[in-house]
Amino acid sequence: MDALPLAAPRPRPSAGVLGLAALLVLAYGIVPLTGTSYLFEALLTPFLALALAGLGLNLLTGYAGLLSLGSAAFMAVGAYAAFNLSLRLPFLPLPAAILLGGLVAALAGLVAGLPALRLRGFYLAVSTLAVQFFVAWALNRIGWISNDSPSGIITAPGLVVAGLSFDDPRGRYLFSLSVVTLLTVLAWRLVASPTGRNLVAIRDNETAARLVGVKVARTKLLAFAVSSFVIGIAGALWAFAYLRTVEPAGFNLDRSFQILFIVIIGGLGTLRGAFLGAGFIAVLPLLLSRLGAAVLGDGFDSGTLEMVQRMVLGALIVAVLIREPAGLAALLDRAGRRLGRRAA
Amino acid sequence: MSPDLAFLAEVVVGGLLSGVMYALVAIGFVLIYKTSGVLNFAQGAMVLFAALTFVSLTERGLPFAAALAATLAVMVVVGLGVERLVLRPLVNQPPITLFMATLGVAYVIEGAAQLAWGTQVHGLDLGIDDTPIDLGGVLVSRFDLFAAAVAGLMVALLSAFFRYTRTGLAFRAVADDPLAALNTGLRLPRIWSAVWIAAGIVALVAGLLWGARLGVQFSLSLVVLKALPVLVLGGFDSIAGAIVAGLIVGAVEKLSEVYLGPVIGGGIEGWIAYVAALGFLLVRPSGLFGLRAVERV
Repeated sequence: MDALPLAAPRPRPSAGVLGLAALLVLAYGIVPLTGTSYLFEALLTPFLALALAGLGLNLLTGYAGLLSLGSAAFMAVGAYAAFNLSLRLPFLPLPAAILLGGLVAALAGLVAGLPALRLRGFYLAVSTLAVQFFVAWALNRIGWISNDSPSGIITAPGLVVAGLSFDDPRGRYLFSLSVVTLLTVLAWRLVASPTGRNLVAIRDNETAARLVGVKVARTKLLAFAVSSFVIGIAGALWAFAYLRTVEPAGFNLDRSFQILFIVIIGGLGTLRGAFLGAGFIAVLPLLLSRLGAAVLGDGFDSGTLEMVQRMVLGALIVAVLIREPAGLAALLDRAGRRLGRRAA
Repeated sequence: MSPDLAFLAEVVVGGLLSGVMYALVAIGFVLIYKTSGVLNFAQGAMVLFAALTFVSLTERGLPFAAALAATLAVMVVVGLGVERLVLRPLVNQPPITLFMATLGVAYVIEGAAQLAWGTQVHGLDLGIDDTPIDLGGVLVSRFDLFAAAVAGLMVALLSAFFRYTRTGLAFRAVADDPLAALNTGLRLPRIWSAVWIAAGIVALVAGLLWGARLGVQFSLSLVVLKALPVLVLGGFDSIAGAIVAGLIVGAVEKLSEVYLGPVIGGGIEGWIAYVAALGFLLVRPSGLFGLRAVERV
C-alpha cells in the first residue's frame, strides 16, 4: 500500500532522548514505589503488552506498508509456544522460553508472509485472516498444544528469573517493562538501520526500491518475521505477566483489530505511536465505565454499558481518523511544536 | 444414481446454494469498493442492523410490508449517514485509513443496533418452509432455492441497472476512473451517496435471508468473514466474480467439511475457504476475473 500518511523516520532530537530518559526514570523509579496493585494489574501490565504488540504490527504495517489482520494469531503462537517450551523443557530458563516462543511466532510469520510475495493491499490483509482462523482452530482442536486441557485453556508458570521471583503485581509490571524497553530499543535500532530504510522504501515505492537494489522478497519476509517475533513476545507477556490463565478466545479477531486500532490511532510508522495508541485503548474502557457509573448511577446494566462502550470506541476511532489521519503521534508533535514556539 | 454419487451431488448442491448466500453479502462490498475504493467492513454490521430492525418491528406488530418499508427507510438513512459523516471527510485518504474508519463504523452500528433492539436472539420467519424437495434423487432445501432465486433476481436487477440506466452508467464511469468522471461533470458525492444506499438495500436483503437461516443475533454481523474469501477469489470489484466465487467457496466448504473433516478434525469451515482462496491466488494472483494487471493494491 503506497502513500501512508506519515513522515520518514528522522533522527530524534536530544530533547526527545532526554524525555525518554525521564520517562524511564518515571517508569522504573517512581511508578513501582507509588503505584497500587490495581494500577499495575488492570492498567500498566496490559498496556505494556498491547503496546509491544502494536510496536510489532507497526514494523510490518507502518514501516513496510503490509497490512495484517492476524496479529492476535501471532500473539497466540508466542504465548502457547512459550507455554509448551517451559512445560516440556523444564530446565529452560523462563526468558529463554519466552524468547524461543517469539522465534516460533517469527517462523509462523515467515509462513504467513509468503503470500506477500504475490499479493498486496487488502488481498494480503484477507490472506492474513487465514492465519488468524487457522491458529484459532488449531488451538481448540489439537490437544497437545494446550497440554490436553479442556477448551484450550492454559495456565502460565510463575515468573521466576534466575531465582528472583517477579510473581506479584509490581514484579510482573517490572518484568514486562524490561522486556518492552529492550525490544523497543532494538526496534528503534532496526528502523534506523539500512534494513529499516529498505522497509520504508518498499512501502513508498516498490519498483523504485527494487531498482536501487533492495531485495524486495527477502525484506518483506524479514518484515513479517521480525514483526511476528515482537508480537509473539507480546503474546507471551499477555499470557505470562498479565492474565496468567489464557484461552484461545482471548486471541480472537477482535484482539487483532484492537492492535490494528492501536497502531492506526497512535500513528503509523512511528514507534511512540504504538505506546500512545495502547494508552488510549487501555485507559478508555476504564474511563468509560467510571463515566457510565457516574452518569447512569450504580444500577445500570453491564450489557448496556458494553454496547455504549463499543459505540464510543467506534465513534472515537472515526473521529481521530477524520481529525488526524496520521494519529496521536502527529497530534502530539504538533502540540509540542506549538509549545516550543510559545516558549521561544 | 448410486447412493454415493447422490450424496456427493447433494453435498455439492447444498454447498452451491449456501455459496449464493455468501455472494449476497459479497455484492454489498463490491458495490462500494467498485465506486469508491473502500473495503467496507461495516457491511456485516449493516446486515445485522437491517435484520434486527426488521424483526423487532414485526415483533411489535407491524405487518410485513410496513416493516420492510420502514427498515428500507432506516437503511437508506444509515447508508447516507455513513457516507456523509464518515467517508466524505476522509476523501483522498489512503485505503487503510478508510478501511479502519469502516471498522469504527461497524462498532458504532453494532452497538447501536443492540442498544436499540436488545441482545436476545430473534427468530425470523419469512413464510417459506424449509422442507427439502426431491429433485431427481437429490434432496434440496426449499429455503435455499428461494434464497438463490432472490440472489439471482438481485444480481439481474443490479446488472440491468448498471447496463441500462444513466445512473448505472455514471457508476461505471466512476469505477473506471474517478478523476475522468469528475472531469466530465459527474457529481461524485451524489454517486457515492447512491451507492451507499444501494449497499444498505443489499444488506437488508442479505439480512433477511441470513436472519431467517441463522436467527437474528449478533453473530449475523460475522457473515462478513464468510464474504471476504469470496471477495479475494472473485476480485473486490467484480459482481460476476462475487457470484462465481461465492458458488466455488460454498461448494469447497461443504465438500471439505464432509470429506476432509473426518480426516483432520471438524470445524474447519472457519478457515478452509481462506486457504482455498489463497491457494488459488498464489497460482493466479489476479483472481478469477482479474482483467487488470497483477498489481492489486
